Amino acid sequence: MAKAHASRDNRQDKDQNRRTFITPEGVDLKLDIAPVGERLGAFMIDVVIIVVALVIFSIFLVLGLRGAGQTQFQALAMVWLLGFFVFRNGYFALFELSSRGATPGKRLTKLRVISRDGSRLRGHQVVARNAMRELELFLPTMFLLSQSADFLTGLFGLLWTGIFALFPFFNRDRLRVGDMIAGTWVVRLPRRELGDSVATRAAPEQARYTFSDAQLSVYGEFELQKLEEVLRRNDEYSMIVVARTIRERLGMPPTDSGDDHAFLEAYYTALCQRLERGMLFGKRKKDKYQR
Amino acid sequence: MSGAASSQFASARFREARTIDWLELDQRIREIERGRASGLSDEDLFELPVLYRAALSSLSVARETSLDADLVAYLEALCARAYFVLYGVQPPLRRRIASYFATGWPLALRSLARETVIAVLLMLLGAVATYCLVASDPSWYHSIVPADLAGGRGPQSSAAELRAGLYDGGGKDGMLGVFATYLFTHNAQISLMCFALGFAFGVPTILLLVYNGCILGAFMAVFVSKGLGLPLAAWLSIHGTTEMFAIAIAGAAGLRIGMAVAFPGRLSRTAATAKAGRTAAFAMIGVVLMLAVAGLLEGVGRQIVTSDLIRVAIGGGALLLWLLYFYVMPVRDEDAHG
Repeated sequence: MAKAHASRDNRQDKDQNRRTFITPEGVDLKLDIAPVGERLGAFMIDVVIIVVALVIFSIFLVLGLRGAGQTQFQALAMVWLLGFFVFRNGYFALFELSSRGATPGKRLTKLRVISRDGSRLRGHQVVARNAMRELELFLPTMFLLSQSADFLTGLFGLLWTGIFALFPFFNRDRLRVGDMIAGTWVVRLPRRELGDSVATRAAPEQARYTFSDAQLSVYGEFELQKLEEVLRRNDEYSMIVVARTIRERLGMPPTDSGDDHAFLEAYYTALCQRLERGMLFGKRKKDKYQR
Repeated sequence: MSGAASSQFASARFREARTIDWLELDQRIREIERGRASGLSDEDLFELPVLYRAALSSLSVARETSLDADLVAYLEALCARAYFVLYGVQPPLRRRIASYFATGWPLALRSLARETVIAVLLMLLGAVATYCLVASDPSWYHSIVPADLAGGRGPQSSAAELRAGLYDGGGKDGMLGVFATYLFTHNAQISLMCFALGFAFGVPTILLLVYNGCILGAFMAVFVSKGLGLPLAAWLSIHGTTEMFAIAIAGAAGLRIGMAVAFPGRLSRTAATAKAGRTAAFAMIGVVLMLAVAGLLEGVGRQIVTSDLIRVAIGGGALLLWLLYFYVMPVRDEDAHG
């Protein structure tokens, strides 16, 4: 199945979370590892859901208890005990066993649990990664809340169990202990919309600006994509700054004409066309430092 | 967006020609992700892999010919989502469950056999040591057995009191169901802990196993000193064979993980733990089921059946069945569906 290993390219911050993930078709999907903050957010949402569900569940049972006989009381108590057990141990596992591979909290934060070897997520993996929550969550909480133990025991216990709770901070792939045991990753799987190309929109304005070969050979792909970002954000202030910088660099006179947007689009289109033509011939210019 | 303008770009032409397919794939993936796969026709589903491969090929082309970062990011996200929809298809739940009981569980326990024996020996060690300790000096009893577990039973109790505890149904008339449920959830939580603690190089798991044996040994010593050894063995065995076995398996699973973390061998530490985790998790699913059975036997069976002989027969029979199922039943060695 698919092979996965850490990508070595960490030129940018964003790339540090990228992992090579090769499909059976031989294409690298370059998945993003979910950062700890997002996972914590997802977990908080899930905890809130569990607590609210348990409270509602209990209220319903207590309402059912009024005027109930001995046998009904027994049945309700059993349902409550079992329900509590299932919520505590089964909530995460049952949701992750579904084809979405995500609890509601993970769904909202666009995360997903996947198998590190690229095959489908197996039931035993889901069980393993969630059974480990006992160690990562329950034990530290127990030491934190326990009043009976003396201070030193409590402190030592907290430090010891803290290692498990804070495990994701200590490794590059942000693996929980459970992820390590189960052989899983949590990745970001956002849904993106296809935006219009910046270049085609700029086409009619192109005639107003022409650039010489020397002017177009100043920048490379990295700068082109930064320019694309600026154009997509469409923030007037940053466009003024960027346009001034580019004009300076190209040796063009600064203008106050106010059509920086048109200028940037024209330059983007011309530069993109030139660089893409170069790509077709196998010549790539990574950034402005590359000659 | 006139045709003349956009056709200046090779990459723009490429994009124009394929956008329809991408959006089509996007639409279908979205339907499936929302759990409405049944709304798609057979034809739509058959087209899905074709569209997916087309999108993958577009991604490869776009990476090599297009500098539109947004386009590449869109295709990456689309392909990744499609990959997990297409390759993440799970077999029907019924078949997965059947396969688990037919092969997955017994095979996992067979490969855990060595650890299981060690876990049982550790519990026996605790039991024998504590038995000798309490038999020689009964005051040890209170420092070993926690008060809420002892339930007022102890070396100071008279033989009659102890005997009553074994046969009167624990004074919980009419609440057997709740009692059984409580025992099940409590024990299941302990066994999950036993498994999870294995990650700390297995040390806490060993301690838990030995301590479990200690409590057993302490009880034994007190009851034997009052001449109630055999009735206690019967009282314990009706559920204890299943329960102790389940706890031993949970401990074995924890030990397997602990060993893999401490001594990964030829594999990388991550790979070794993941491999051990697979076997251990397979065993753990079954442990929770075994504890449910034990909870029923303890909460209901033991309170209803008060004859020593039948208690021992039920306990022994259960143990025999487990052993036959785990280690003797022929199993086809195939890849188990998880």
